[in-house]
Amino acid sequence: MNRIVPQSETADDAAASPPQAEAAAVFEVQDLNVFYSDFHAVRDVNIDVKEHEITAFIGPSGCGKSTVLRCFNRMNDLIETARVEGRINYHGVDLYGAEVDPVQVRRHIGMVFQKPNPFPKSIYDNIAFGPRIAGFSGNMDELVESSLERAALWDEVKDIQDQSAFALSGGQQQRLCIARAIATNPDVLLMDEPASALDPIATLRIEELMHELKNEYTIIIVTHNMQQAARVSDRTAFFNVSLNEKGQRTGQLVEFDETGRIFTNPAEEATEDYITGRFG
Amino acid sequence: MTVPTKTPTTKELVSASISGKKTDVVGAVVAFVLLLSIFVSLGILVTLLADMLIKGWSVFADRGFDFVTSPLSPDPARAGVSQGIFGSVILMVFVVVVAFPLGVGAAIYLEEYAQDTRLTRFIVANMRNLAGVPSIVYGLLGFAVFVQLLSGITNGRTLISGGLTLAVLVLPIMMITASEALRAVPEALRQASYGVGATKWETIRHHVLPVALPAILTGSVLTIARAFGESAPLLLAGAVLSNFFSAPAGTGFVTHVTEGDYTALPIVVFNWARQPQKEFVAITAAGIVVLLVLLLLVNGAAIYIRDRASRK
Amino acid sequence: MTTAALNLSGDPKRKRRERRVRTVFQAAAVFSVVVSAAIVLSLIGRAIGYLLEIDLSQLWADGWFPRRGRFDLRTIVWHTLVVSAIAMLVATPLGLGASMYLSEYASPRARRILKPIIEVLAGIPSVVLGFFALKFITPNVLSTFFPGTQQSNLLAAGIGVGILIIPLVASVSEDAMRAVPSSLREASYGLGAQKWRTSLSVVFPAALSGIVASLILGLSRAIGETMVVAIAAGATGGSLLQVNPLNGGQTMTGAMASLAIGSDQVVGEAGTFDSLFFVGLLLFFMTLGLNIMSERFVKRFRQRY
Repeated sequence: MNRIVPQSETADDAAASPPQAEAAAVFEVQDLNVFYSDFHAVRDVNIDVKEHEITAFIGPSGCGKSTVLRCFNRMNDLIETARVEGRINYHGVDLYGAEVDPVQVRRHIGMVFQKPNPFPKSIYDNIAFGPRIAGFSGNMDELVESSLERAALWDEVKDIQDQSAFALSGGQQQRLCIARAIATNPDVLLMDEPASALDPIATLRIEELMHELKNEYTIIIVTHNMQQAARVSDRTAFFNVSLNEKGQRTGQLVEFDETGRIFTNPAEEATEDYITGRFG
Repeated sequence: MTVPTKTPTTKELVSASISGKKTDVVGAVVAFVLLLSIFVSLGILVTLLADMLIKGWSVFADRGFDFVTSPLSPDPARAGVSQGIFGSVILMVFVVVVAFPLGVGAAIYLEEYAQDTRLTRFIVANMRNLAGVPSIVYGLLGFAVFVQLLSGITNGRTLISGGLTLAVLVLPIMMITASEALRAVPEALRQASYGVGATKWETIRHHVLPVALPAILTGSVLTIARAFGESAPLLLAGAVLSNFFSAPAGTGFVTHVTEGDYTALPIVVFNWARQPQKEFVAITAAGIVVLLVLLLLVNGAAIYIRDRASRK
Repeated sequence: MTTAALNLSGDPKRKRRERRVRTVFQAAAVFSVVVSAAIVLSLIGRAIGYLLEIDLSQLWADGWFPRRGRFDLRTIVWHTLVVSAIAMLVATPLGLGASMYLSEYASPRARRILKPIIEVLAGIPSVVLGFFALKFITPNVLSTFFPGTQQSNLLAAGIGVGILIIPLVASVSEDAMRAVPSSLREASYGLGAQKWRTSLSVVFPAALSGIVASLILGLSRAIGETMVVAIAAGATGGSLLQVNPLNGGQTMTGAMASLAIGSDQVVGEAGTFDSLFFVGLLLFFMTLGLNIMSERFVKRFRQRY
C-alpha cells in the first residue's frame, strides 16, 4: 500500500543529502490542550517530532503522556467527553482540520498498545485485517510475510500462520501487534508502554526491534521506565503533573530535548528530580 | 546542492490522503438496520398493547371495575377476573414462603460454605439445568408429586399443590439470582469481618446479607412477577379450567385455600382465549389488560425496593 | 502466680450454632437436587408405564390422535421443530440486531431508553402472546399475505414464540458482546477501521461462542413453550403431520397441554393420559441436551477472557 509520503524520504536518502540538513518534522504540536469535560487534563504542549527518530514521553503516572500520544492518531475522538484544543501539524497539515477523516489518519499513523491485544483470529488474519479493510488488493501473503519480517517474528511463525494468535507468548504477541500496525504501511508508529507487560528478555527484543524500525518509521513511545527511554530514544519529553487553579491535576510538558542532554544535564529542576528518583 | 525543504507536494499529498470524509454508506446502513431491529421490537410491543386495549376497552367502558370484582360466569357479559386474581395472589404467597427461603438458603450454602467438591459442582450444574427445564414439565412434577402422591397433605387439586408447583418452578432461578447477589459482595468485606474475630455465620448475617439484600429482593420480586404470568404448570397442577366454579358453600378462607377448587389469572385468560364465541374476545383482552397492569405494579415494586434499599 | 492457660478453643455454644446454621443451608442446597430427582423419577415411572401399556407400533402411527390410540411421535416432534424454526427465524435477527446495537452503538443515554423496551417485552406472559398470535397475527397479518391461512396455524404460533424469546436472545448475546475487552476494539480502531467494521469483523467473531449460546438457549425455550402453541397452533384433538405451516398442528407441548386439559374427561384407549408423561420425558431430555450444549459454549467463551 502506498505510504502517505513517498518512500524516497527514507533515512538512507536523508543521509545522502547534505549532512547539515535537519531531519524534517513529522509532527509540529502547538499549544496543545486536552480536556475531559471540565477537567483540564493536559496543558500547553509544544513539541516537534522529527522524522526517523524515536521520541520518548516520560513522566510520573497521571501526567498525561498517554493522552498526548493518543492525540496524534485521533484516538481521543473515541472518548465522548474528550476535547482537543491547539494544533497538531502532520507533515504540515492540521490533523484536526474539519476536512480530516480520523479513520484515514489511523491508517497512516499506527498504534501499539500496552497489553498485547491480538484479535482472536489466526496470526495471518491479524496482520491481514488492516490492509483488507483499507482495500488492499495486492499479494496479501507477501504483505503478511514482509510485515512479520520487519517485526522480527517471521522465522518464529512462518509455519504456523494459520494458528490462533493466542498460541504465541506475550512477547511474540506484542511483536505480532507491531507487525499488524506495520502492515498498513504507516509512516509513524505510536507505542504506548509497549513493553510494560513483558518480561525483561521480551522487553529487550522489543527495544532492539525499535532500533531497526527507526530506519523506516518515525516512532513516539510512552514509557514509565526511564532507563528504557534512555536506551532507546533520540529525543525525550518529560511531562509532569501539577495542580492548576481549580485544584485539578493537570499534566504539562516540562522539558523536551535530546535524550543525552535530558539524562545527563537537564535544564529543569523537576526533570532532574524525576530522573534521579526523588519522586515519581 | 540545495537542501530539500518540505515541498508543497508533500503537504498536498498528506492533505489529500487524510481529508475528505468519505460518506460511509455501509456504516450508515449497518447502524440503521441495527436500530431498526429495536424499533421493530418496539413496534410489536406497541401493537400488542394497543390491540389488547382496543379489544378490551368495551368491557371497561360498559362495566368498569365490576369486571375486576366479578367471578367467573358462563355468560361473557357477566364474567370477571376476581377468582383469578385471588388465586394468583395466594399462589404468589406460597411461592414467596417456600421458594425464597429455600433459594436464598441454598445460595448462601453454595457461595459461603461449600468447598469446591464434586458434589458442589454437581449441585450448581443441576441448578442451572433445572432453570432451563420447560415449565410444563414442572407441571408434570407437580401433578405426580403434589396432586397425586402427597394428596393426603395437599388434598389434590388445591392452591397448595399449585403454589408448591410454582415454588419448585422458580426455585432454581431464585438460587441463581441470590448466588449472583452474594457473589457481588466484595471479598474484602468478609475479610474485614473475619479479621475482627467474627464467625462465618456472624459475617454472613451482619455484613454479607445486608449488602446483598437489595439485589436479592429485587431479583425475588422479578421472579415473582414471572411466576405470576405462568400458566402451563397450573394446567396440570389442578387449576380449574371451566367457565364457572365456586367455592363449596359455607367455607372460610382457610378451607377454600386448602380444599377448594382454584384458578389463576393467566389460566382464566387462557380459558377465555380458547373459547370460539367472539363475545369472549373482549373479556380475554380485558383480562390481559388487568394481568399486565398487575405485572406492571409488581415490577414497579421491584424497582422501588431496589432504589430504596440502595439509597440506605 | 501462674497465668491461666490461654484458651483459644472458642465458645461451644457459638460453635454449635455455626454447625446448625451450616446444616440448614446445606439442606436447602441439597433440596434442589431432590427436585431434579423427583422430576426425573416421576416422569420415568409413568413414561415406562406408558410404553408398556401401548403397542410400540402406535408410536409410528398415522398422526397424533391420543384418544384413538395413535401416538405418532414424528408428527408432534416435526411440528415442534417447525414452530421452533420459525421462532428462531424471528428472534435471531431481531434479538442479535438489538443486542449489537445496545452493545456497540448506543450511548449510555440511548441505552437507558432502549433497553427497557426489550425488558418490557420479556415481561409479557406467554398466554398474552398466544392470544395476540391467534386474534391479531393470524387475521390481520397472515391472512392478508397468505389468504388460505387457517384460524389456528403453526406459523402464527411460531411468530408468537419468536417474539417471546427475543429478549432472551438479546440479553445473553449482549452480555457476550459487552464482555469482549475494549482493547480489541481499540486495536481495530487503531488500524483505521470504522465502527461497523469493528463491530462486525472484530466484536462479533470474538463474542461468537456466547452468541451461539444465546441462540441455543432461545431454541431450547422455544421448544418448551406451551401456552402460545396451545392457544394459537390449533389441532387440539390431535393432527396429522402437517407440512404447510399455514395449517394447524399439534406440537409436543401442545399435545401435553391438550392431554392435561382433557384429563378429567379422558375416555380413550390405553395409555392416553400417560402419553403425557412420555412426551414430557422426551421434552425434558431435548431441552436438557440443548442447555448443556449452551453451557459448553459459554464456558468456551469465558475461557478466552
